[in-house]
Amino acid sequence: MRLPPLDSPSWQSPVRAFAWGLSAITSTVLSLVLFATYLGIGALAHDTHFSLGWVLASTLLIWAGPAQIILITTLSSGATAVQAAIAVTLSAIRLFPMVVSVLPMLRMPQTRRRHLLLAAHFIAITLWVECYRLLPHVPRERRIAFVQGMGCGLVTVCLIATTLGFELAGKLPPLFGAAILLLTPLAFLLSTARNCTQISDILALVLGLALYPLVAFFHTGVDILISGVAAGTIGYGAHWWRRRART
Amino acid sequence: MSGFVGDWHALLLLVLAGFLPNEIWRMAGVWFVSGVDEGSEMLVWVRAVATAILAGVIAQILVQPPGALASVPDALRYSAVVFGFMVFLATRRSIFAGVACGEIAMVAGKWWLG
Repeated sequence: MRLPPLDSPSWQSPVRAFAWGLSAITSTVLSLVLFATYLGIGALAHDTHFSLGWVLASTLLIWAGPAQIILITTLSSGATAVQAAIAVTLSAIRLFPMVVSVLPMLRMPQTRRRHLLLAAHFIAITLWVECYRLLPHVPRERRIAFVQGMGCGLVTVCLIATTLGFELAGKLPPLFGAAILLLTPLAFLLSTARNCTQISDILALVLGLALYPLVAFFHTGVDILISGVAAGTIGYGAHWWRRRART
Repeated sequence: MSGFVGDWHALLLLVLAGFLPNEIWRMAGVWFVSGVDEGSEMLVWVRAVATAILAGVIAQILVQPPGALASVPDALRYSAVVFGFMVFLATRRSIFAGVACGEIAMVAGKWWLG
């Protein structure tokens, strides 16, 4: 799929921009990855005796795969609501830097905060990655509508996948399950690698991969955050140092 | 309301233990970002941290594989990802080719090992 040039008349209406966002989900293999992930979440909800409506509502409201998996597994293992909420919120901290880095690309001087709320709700790993790839090809005044279109499209795909997974639970061969689970790291690794252009991002990716197993050794419960902040800061340090060396 | 969604209690649990603790970080991002300029240096740092956290998520799934992926031997898991990455580089950064070849390598290896 190719987006129209920035000055094309098809960007003039926000509805068309929304439709371009909607159709942009067919241009990425990450849609397939999300589909597979939510097949797994639907099946997990079925196996742990949640209702189909409940898990569909969780896809719509939470819209973050890891948080949904954590919520379902902690609640079904008999943990209290407070324990589940703490586990969910720890996993969700990563959404903060994603929202903070994407929203400035959507904003115009006259944009109100409430115009950004729906777009922010859709931001998770997939949309974060795709915004860096696609938004430079979308005129700034149409970016919110475009992201809302992509978000609605991806949520719809995942609601369908959740339903299918719920119905197919227990009927899938184990090798298929393993292949689904490998999709996430593989696709995220490659799409992040493609987006990395600055030294800070390249270092953050490489060091993030390398530091996590070391930090995980200590079982802190927030291993990913520790390795992430450390690797990201070192990556930024390299960027800062290079800039300083140049000037 | 019973049946499709479950009872009110289950839905309330979803909102209180799932939706709110998750959404609060997105809303915190919206609130925080209003004073931040797009070209600001801080965003370079925030973006690097977000990238590294994502790298951590990737590493976690590979090192401590969940569910059925745990039945795939470590060496096979890692080689499948490395192979996928090499194909990605060789095909002028085609994500589809890299993902497809990595998956095929894992499934073929697992099938061959039995």
